[in-house]
Amino acid sequence: MYAAASLAILVVMGLALIRAILGPTAFDRLLSVNMFGTKTVLLISVIGFLTNRPDFLDIALVYALVNFLSTIAVLRYFEQHKSAPTDQKESQR
Amino acid sequence: MTILDITTALCLTAGCFLGITGGFGIYRLPDFYTRLHASSVTDSACAFLILFGLMLQSGFTLATVKLCFIFFFLVLSSTTATHALAKTARSRGLEPLLGREDKR
Repeated sequence: MYAAASLAILVVMGLALIRAILGPTAFDRLLSVNMFGTKTVLLISVIGFLTNRPDFLDIALVYALVNFLSTIAVLRYFEQHKSAPTDQKESQR
Repeated sequence: MTILDITTALCLTAGCFLGITGGFGIYRLPDFYTRLHASSVTDSACAFLILFGLMLQSGFTLATVKLCFIFFFLVLSSTTATHALAKTARSRGLEPLLGREDKR
């Protein structure tokens, strides 16, 4: 049961990773990285139950906070540096 | 298999289904604002169902409290991150896609 759940979460993470690589703008990439982090938290919790080690939940707890901070930090960079390119075409110019 | 196990299995299945739906949404949908919608499905309902399924297994222990905290932080952070993403994208001049891409 837990193994199937973690496999499904891994599939979702793979799809988010594909979007993060393809994503035309930086915001698409950020969105998928944020979703990837959320799914990582869920994966760590499920694996903790799969291996009967509830200590994994502490790691998941910390990861939930770190993931949020990383997204907000990059977004602040884009807010403050209005000239920073967010598009691939824009950065090639 | 007790009734708790069955409920856990149902919750995990529903959560994984919603997660895969959101994953395909984020891969297939045409522009940034529609992808935001797809990711919000996985960030809220999928996370809640999976964590609730795990809570049923752990019972009244410290693990349940930790799972509650994880859910609380996820709800707080994913909504804030989605709002900040949409706001920044809008202020940087990313226009929503209006109408179908293939009919323009």
